[in-house]
Parts: sequence; structure tokens; C-alpha cells
Amino acid sequence: MADTLLDVRDLKIEATVYPPGEHPRKITIVDGVSLTLEKGRVLGLIGESGAGKSTIGLSSMAFGRGGVRITGGRVILNGRDILKAGRNGIRKLRGREVCYVAQSAAAAFNPAQRLMDQVVEAALKHGVANRAEAEKRAKALFRKLSLPDPDNIGKRYPHQVSGGQLQRVMTAMALCSEPDLIVFDEPTTALDVTTQIDVLAAIKDAIRDTGVAALYITHDLAVVAQVADDIVVLRHGKMVEKGTTYEIIKEPKQAYTQALVSVHHIGHEEKQPTTKPVLSVKNVTAGYGHGIVKVLKNVSVDIHPGQTLAVVGESGSGKSTLARAITGLLPPLQGEVIFEGRKLSNRLSERTKDDLRQLQMIYQMADVAMNPRQTVGTIIGRPLEFYFGMRGKQRDARVAELLDKIEMGKGFIDRYPAELSGGQKQRVCIARSLAAKPKLIVCDEVTSALDPLVAHGILELLLELQKEENVAYLFITHDLATVKSIADSIAVMYRGEVVRYGARTKVLTPPFDDYTDLLLSSVPEMEIGWLEKAIASARWRVRETNAVGWTRTRNSRFRPH
Amino acid sequence: MLDIKRIPIPALIGIVLTTLFVLAAIFAPLIAPHGNGEIVGDVWEPMSAAHWLGTDNLGRDLLSRMIYGARITLFIAVLATALSFSLGAILGFSAAVFGGWFDTLLSRLVDLLMSIPTLIMALVVLSVLPTNLVTLILVMGILDSTRVYRLSRAVAVDINVMDYVEAAKLRGEGEAWIIFREILPNALSPLVSELGLRFIYAVLFLSTLSFLGLGVQPPDADWGGMVKENKDGIVFGIAAALIPAAAIAALAISVNLVADWVLNRTTDIKGGRGNG
Amino acid sequence: MSFIVKLVAQRMALGILLLFAVSVLIFAGTQILPGDIAQAILGQSATPESLANLREQLGLNDPAYIRYFHWLGGVLTGDLGTAMSSGQDIATSIKGRLWNTLFLAFWAAVVAVPLAIILGLIAVRYRNGWVDKLISGLALASTSFPEFFIGYVLVYFFAVKWQIFPGISTVYDGMPFGERIQAIALPATALTLVVLAHMMRMTRAAILNVMQSAYVETAELKGLSAFNVIRKHAFPNAIAPIINVVMLNLAYLIVGVVVVEVIFVYPGMGQYLVDHVTKRDVPVVQAVGLIFAAVYISLNIIADIAAIVANPRLRHPK
Repeated sequence: MADTLLDVRDLKIEATVYPPGEHPRKITIVDGVSLTLEKGRVLGLIGESGAGKSTIGLSSMAFGRGGVRITGGRVILNGRDILKAGRNGIRKLRGREVCYVAQSAAAAFNPAQRLMDQVVEAALKHGVANRAEAEKRAKALFRKLSLPDPDNIGKRYPHQVSGGQLQRVMTAMALCSEPDLIVFDEPTTALDVTTQIDVLAAIKDAIRDTGVAALYITHDLAVVAQVADDIVVLRHGKMVEKGTTYEIIKEPKQAYTQALVSVHHIGHEEKQPTTKPVLSVKNVTAGYGHGIVKVLKNVSVDIHPGQTLAVVGESGSGKSTLARAITGLLPPLQGEVIFEGRKLSNRLSERTKDDLRQLQMIYQMADVAMNPRQTVGTIIGRPLEFYFGMRGKQRDARVAELLDKIEMGKGFIDRYPAELSGGQKQRVCIARSLAAKPKLIVCDEVTSALDPLVAHGILELLLELQKEENVAYLFITHDLATVKSIADSIAVMYRGEVVRYGARTKVLTPPFDDYTDLLLSSVPEMEIGWLEKAIASARWRVRETNAVGWTRTRNSRFRPH
Repeated sequence: MLDIKRIPIPALIGIVLTTLFVLAAIFAPLIAPHGNGEIVGDVWEPMSAAHWLGTDNLGRDLLSRMIYGARITLFIAVLATALSFSLGAILGFSAAVFGGWFDTLLSRLVDLLMSIPTLIMALVVLSVLPTNLVTLILVMGILDSTRVYRLSRAVAVDINVMDYVEAAKLRGEGEAWIIFREILPNALSPLVSELGLRFIYAVLFLSTLSFLGLGVQPPDADWGGMVKENKDGIVFGIAAALIPAAAIAALAISVNLVADWVLNRTTDIKGGRGNG
Repeated sequence: MSFIVKLVAQRMALGILLLFAVSVLIFAGTQILPGDIAQAILGQSATPESLANLREQLGLNDPAYIRYFHWLGGVLTGDLGTAMSSGQDIATSIKGRLWNTLFLAFWAAVVAVPLAIILGLIAVRYRNGWVDKLISGLALASTSFPEFFIGYVLVYFFAVKWQIFPGISTVYDGMPFGERIQAIALPATALTLVVLAHMMRMTRAAILNVMQSAYVETAELKGLSAFNVIRKHAFPNAIAPIINVVMLNLAYLIVGVVVVEVIFVYPGMGQYLVDHVTKRDVPVVQAVGLIFAAVYISLNIIADIAAIVANPRLRHPK
């Protein structure tokens, strides 16, 4: 095709790993992937961690990160094989024909230089523009990407600018030398959901207005569906499927893609609240530094037996602090926690062994929630021994039974955590908390460190176990999609307060309060054109509310700085 | 469990040499051809069949002196390391687990002690303390325990905030379980390799003090003291002083090689991740 | 800008406080003997008169804290007291020696610092290659060598076998510069070797840390030449950690200098200190110990301040 920009053929990429105490060994990261990208189009690369998507993206700049080598295939950019371009040839195309936008802009900017110097650097180096022109162009790009104070933001240093803004500055930096192709490597993954939508919209507008082509790398299918024209699905370094965005979202052919698309659909009937909650949080205020910093302000929620209360909010909303207040790790300054009708001691050390047993916890990072020096058998067996005095055969039998429940089997009894996969680790943590036969389990972001399909499996397991054991969950998460699929009731938290609380359908049905509205409308849906609709309705709302005195950006009410 | 063929060559060399030194120290009276203080010939005789390493500044057999020197050097260094290690580790762990004023007080004191070079502080106190083995071991052990304290406190503080320790606290486990079953097994590998480094430091420190004439007193001599005894020969081209000096270096390197290997061998368990 | 001035001032105030605390510690260090210092110094055979005399001379009849303030007041006004063994004024005896020691340490640093940085850069450039392995092997070896091993090997070969440099570093007042340099060639080399390995290893780690950062990758992906990546992006961020490494190792040099001076019979502070420890001359040990500690602490404070000043987050606060 005449207007083919990038043509990757049968790409093979290897790396050498150095496991401590063992011989170095070669592993294949990308195995025979081919893809093409036409001028002005956006190709989404999607896959879970270890799929090789970033490595492919960087290969279009002939760059291998940390000992990665391109061992086979061709990367043809603008009609020539860049793998054969030589050192100078590669230097000429990097920052000129292809630019890169990293996941963490905060780390990708030189902390010792002003933003403007870094933004125009590539354009100056490649002689695209002189200093004055380049700065003028940069300011125009800052404006286009809706950065505040576009004429002066370039004078700041990276640490003086927020994460979402830095991500946009980095996009401006990529656009400044007018490249043919930009590689976006998970540019919104590290951002809060309400920030993500703005950055996403800014990137999409910028791509459309400048006509640049893009490789958009992400693990989030709903995000890529908003910006990409075509999608390539990758897994373990191999291509699973490729097609237009419509084909991938609406008519996936491969089982893996189908699973990815349907990942959020878990059938869960909402249960009605009972009259007797298993745990009530009443007017709890908590904080650090002897109450100087209040992270929780007058929070009250109920959790009903055998049901799930989802607590949702962005970073800094106080949701994890709520968990710490309930478990007694952070004694509340005011208010009380009522468990089965009686008040629990605020302090962990004053609670009875049986109170502790009834209230278990599962952590976000299963990796560090298990002692690496204990076997799975010890980890699951300890609560049995500690709470029920089980020993020997009886204990082993119960451990085996619990391993069955988490679909792992007793073959794992003698394994150490390091030998398990991420999903298996989280399952063992679930078994450990179930071993105590609790009434309530606090789940703190238990799926957010996992790949979507693995997370899906964990959620299904949790729901299954809830039915069998009649255990209640306090499910803390920032992920609204998860909330929608498993909660019976929902509490939305913002800056330490519960801003909306009630049964799931009620919370998710309009009329909304402002924050819940913003939060709900910011969660990407796996639907083409969702972004435009969301932004349009937000603009409409902002126009309307401007009359009542809101400032211009849609977030400003929630981020006053 | 431990396959000799899988031990890397440098570590193997380290293990063999260290073992030789230790054996020489333990069986000194059996191995040494002559007594420690026995004068067997002329001053600074060259190496010969009768005296493999020659004789020293008073005509004593240098090989025998070296073997007895190994005994004194290792004996003092082991005791000083044991003292610094137990003192530093116990205080460091307690500071991390109990926290509060106990932690603050100890940590500030250690900061203060560490703001003066160890050798200088040792010289200051040795200017008034009586010169004997007990003083030497106490001074070396206490001054060096500051480093062990810092490391064990840091390691324990790191582990103490791990989710698995929190999980144990939430379960209602007592302090004993938390220290001995959750924290200690995970603190062991950094501490073990530190043990090697502290031992090397003790050997070097003792040798330096003896070389300066403030350590082991004649007629006994550790290797550092032997360097001092024989150093005047150097200007006449007599290399006797270099032999104990080289022995100190060899011991330090061997222990270093072993410690390095132990650290590498244990990190794969500590930092290991599954492939999920 | 005032923010950073405040931080630096804070750090310096803290340093001065630390110096006072250290003076207490050094003073206390000479008082820890459970019995009587005078007895310990003179030994069992001392007569009651000589004991009483010494007590009077040391001011032992006053309580410890009075003696401390007396001593501190002297130090602050430049009066370091009188040496018991010779009756000479300590400040006068120290002057020439302090200068000798600084001269030696200065030339050792002049050689060691650039050499360590260059070797550190080479190790990073050929990382995991044989040059890097050789350099880190040598580093491991030299941290295991006692100072006197290095020193006497140098003497044995350079002074005795090949007779290039003197094995005993005699210096005197009014000595011509060239001769003086020749006299300190071997001790300066020994000192250099003592600190080189450690400084190089730390420099390597500091540079590697910067070279592996995401912003250096960004610079590479802009198509900048290797030289410009280093000049504009790596170097400005590596300078602070390198200054830090250099200062910490210069502080380490202070300890090395004590032993090296004894090896080469060099008339500096280190030898003066060791001599008087052997003679149990407490006033001299206190004075010299305090000077060593003060230099050590000052170098550490400079390292801290350099790190503060070089940090863009602190230089340009939000």
C-alpha cells in the first residue's frame, strides 16, 4: 500500500535474564509478530503484562530496553528497514519520525531541566524549527491539550506540575517535532479515573488535529476502544487476533479476545438489605498525627450478612483508611464500629480472639501479604491452629479442603509463595482468611494488581464463596466496573467523606450528586464513541453550571489547585 | 541439599581458605613446628627447609608465629564480632518492634557514636583503658555494634510494615510469634552476609590496633602485631612483615567471597517472584 | 531561593550541635575508666605525691562537668591545653603537623577523586564486561587489604627494590615543593589506593542509577547523541550523588591517614595522636581526637549540603 507508514514483519525479540545464583538464560519476548500501520491511523496494542506490547512499541524506534535484542524480522518505517539503519540513521529518526510518550511522565522528565527546554529539545536537535518557532509551537500544543496557563507552564520544573498535566506535556513534547508516528505506552494507566478521561480526550483531539499516526499500547480494552482505529491483541509475545476496533469489540473471533471483551460481565443478583447488619460503622472520624490530618470524616455505613458493600473512590479518598479503622489498625478518633450488635474495641490489642477471627482481611499485593519463608500449608494452616487448635492430620485435611475451595488442590501444600503465579497467591490469601470462618472479610483492592482475566477469576471465586459460606465483604476499590458487577450496596467516598451511599441500583441510578456523576461518567465503557459522548455531556454540564459560578475545567470543583 | 559442583569457583576458594585458617587456629599447638616464643635461630633468617617462612626480628620461627597468630587473631575477632552482633541485633530488633522513646534514644546515641570515625574513638578510649584482651574485645565489639544496630533496625522496620506482619497482628498473634516466626526468618539472609562483613572488619580493625601498638601486647602477637614487630626489616629488603600482612588480606578476601556467595544464594528466595 | 537557604542553615546548625555532642562524647570517652585515671597513667609504683600532683595537674579534684566546660572553653578560645608528657603547648605542636596532614590528604584526594570517577565511568560504560568485572574484583580485594599491607608493599618495591621514592617520608620546614612532593609520593599513593576502590564502586552505582532512569531513556528516544544524553541529562543529575560519594570518602581518608602516617613515619596529626595514645597523654588525645572528628563531621555536612543544593526539587520548590 502506498500510504503504509509502519510495516513490522515477523518480529522476534529476545532478552537475557540473570536469575541470581543461576546461569543467565535467554527468553523470547516477542515471537513472530507482524503488523502494519497506515499514515494518520491509530493502532491499539493490547495485552496483559508480559504480552510484549511495550517491547513491540519500542522496536518501532529500534530501541530495546534493558538487554532486549531484536533477533529477527524487519521493521519498515517510511519505506526503509530501520533495523539496518545504523547508529546515525536511528538517531535521525528517533525524536523526528517517531516519538514516545511514556507511562510515567513524572519519571520520564529530567528533574533538573525546565519543561520547555525538554519539550523543544528534539525539534531543535533535528532542525525542525528554530528556538522561537519551536516554543511558539509548544505553547500552541499546551493550549490544544488544555494545560493551564499555556504560555508559562513551560517555565516550570517537572515536579511543580501534577501527574495528569505532565502526561499532557509529554504528549506535547512528542508532537512538537511533528513526527509521523507517536508511540503511546500506557499513557493514562497511572492516573486516577477522573483525570484519565481528560488526558485521553486531549490525546485523541491532538492525534486527530495533527494527523499523526499512533501506536497506542494499553492493557485496558475499554480505553483503546476510544482512540484506536484498529486493534492487535497480544498474549505471551504472540499475536492472538487483529482487526478493526469494531471487529475486536463487537465480533471477537478468538476465545481469548472474547474473554477480554466480556471480562466485566459477571451475573450477580443484588440482594436486599436485612434488618440486622453484621457490621455498622457509626460516625467514624479517623486520621494520623494525633488527629491533625483527618482522613475520614464522620463516616457511617452498614454491611449486611452474606452481602457485599463496595467502597469506591480515587486515591486519597480515605477508603483504605476506613478498612484500617474497622480492623482496629488505626483506632478512630470519634465514632464506633458495631459488630453483631456489640461495640468493638477501637484498638486492635483490646479485641478478643473471637472478634479478630470473625473479621478477616485480604490485601492488594498478595506478594507481600504472605511470609515468603512459609509454605502454603503453614500460611493456610496457621489460622486453623491459632483459632481452632487444629493440629496434625485434622489440620492438613482442612487445608486440603480449603485448597480445593480455591480451585488449587492439595499439591500446593509444600510450595512457597515465590513459586505461585499472581492469581494463585491471591487465592491462597483468600483461603487463609476463609480458614478463620469469618463473618466479614475486608477486601482492599484485591484485584487491582492483577491482569483483567485473572482478576475476573478472583471475583467469580469470591462470589461463589460468598454463597457457600455466607460471608460478607467490605470491598474497597477504585474500579467502578468491578463495583457494578459484584456489589449489593455501594458507598462512594471523596476526600474522607461518604458522598453517596445505598443499594447498588439506587446509587447507580440518576439523579446523581456531582462527584458520583463525574466518577461514573469517567469510567471508560467498552463501546466505540463513548469518550465523545462522555466529554460532550460533561461540556454541556459545565456550561450549565458555569452560570452558577463554576470555573472552566470540569474537574476544578474537585481539584481546587 | 548443597551440591559442591554448584558452588561457584570463587566461593569454593573462599570456603577452602577460610577452613584452612580456622583449622590452623584450632590446632595451632599440634601443627606449629616450634613454640610461639621459642628462639630457634638468627634474626631474620631467610626462608629455608628448616624454617619455611624464615625467622622473625628475634629469631623465632615465623611459620609457628603465624600459626599461633592465626589463633589469637581469629579468637579476638570472633569474640568481638559475636559481641557486636548480639548487642547490635538485639537492640536493633527491639528498637524496631517496640519503637517509642526506646528507639529514639538508642538511635540518636548510635548516630552520635557513628559521627566519629571508629578508629579515632577507639584511640580516645584506649588512651585511658588498661591494655588487655577484655578491653580490646569490649571496645571493638561495642564500637562496631553501632553498624549492626543500624542494619538490623532497618531490616526489621522494613519487615515490620509488610502486609504479612500486619496480617499476623490482625490475627491476634503475640509478640514472640511475630518476632521469631514472621520477622526473624526474613531478616536472616541480610544479617548473615553482614556477619561476614563485620568479621572482616573486626580482623582489619584488630590488626590496625595491634599494628599501632595498641592491640595485642608482646610477647603474644596477632598478625597485625607481627607486622609491627618485623616492619623495621623492610628497609633492609627483608619481607618478613609482608607475610602476616598478606595473611590478613587473604583471610579478609576469603571471608568476603563466602559472604558474597551466601548473599547471592539467599536473595533468590527473598526476592523471588512467580511467573504470574 | 530562601527555602533552600533555610534548609542549608538548618543543616549547618545541626552540624554545630553535633560537634558539641561529639566533644562531650570524646571528653566522656577519656573518663570511662572505673578507677582513677592518675593511677592508671602512672601505674602501681606511683608515689602518693606524684599521684596528688598529677590529679592537681589534670584538675581531677573538680567534678567531671566542670572539667568539661573548662576544657571546652579552652578549645573555643584556641587553647588546647598542655601535653602532659612533654609539657609543650598542644596548639603550637599541632600547627605544623596539621598542615602536613592536610598536604598529604590533599594530594591523595587530587589523585584519587578524578581517578575514581573515570574508573567508575569506564565500569559503567563496559558494564558486565571484563573491564567492569576486573575493576569490581580489584575493588573487592582492596577493601580487604589492611592499609599497612598496601603501604609496606609499596615501600618494599618502590623504596627498597627499585629505590625510586624514599620509604620514610621526612619533611621539614622550608623544604622545596618538589622534594616535598617526592617525599609524600608513597604515602599519598597508599592513601589513594585505600579510598580508591570504595569511591569507585560508589561512583559506579551512582552513575548507573542515573543512566538507568526513565529520563535518560527519553533523551535517547529523542535521538540525541550519546555525548549530549550524558552532558544534558545524565551529568546534571549525577553530579549531586557523585559529590556525596567524594565527600564521604574524603571523610574515610581521615582514618586511613592515621595508619599511613605511622607506616611512613610522616610527621602529621595521625602519628602525633598514636604516639600520645601510647603515652596515655589524655589532653593531647582529646584535642587531636576532636580535630579529627570535626573534620570528619564537616565533610559529612558538606556532602549533605551539596545534595540539598543540587536537588532541583529543593532548589525550585512548588
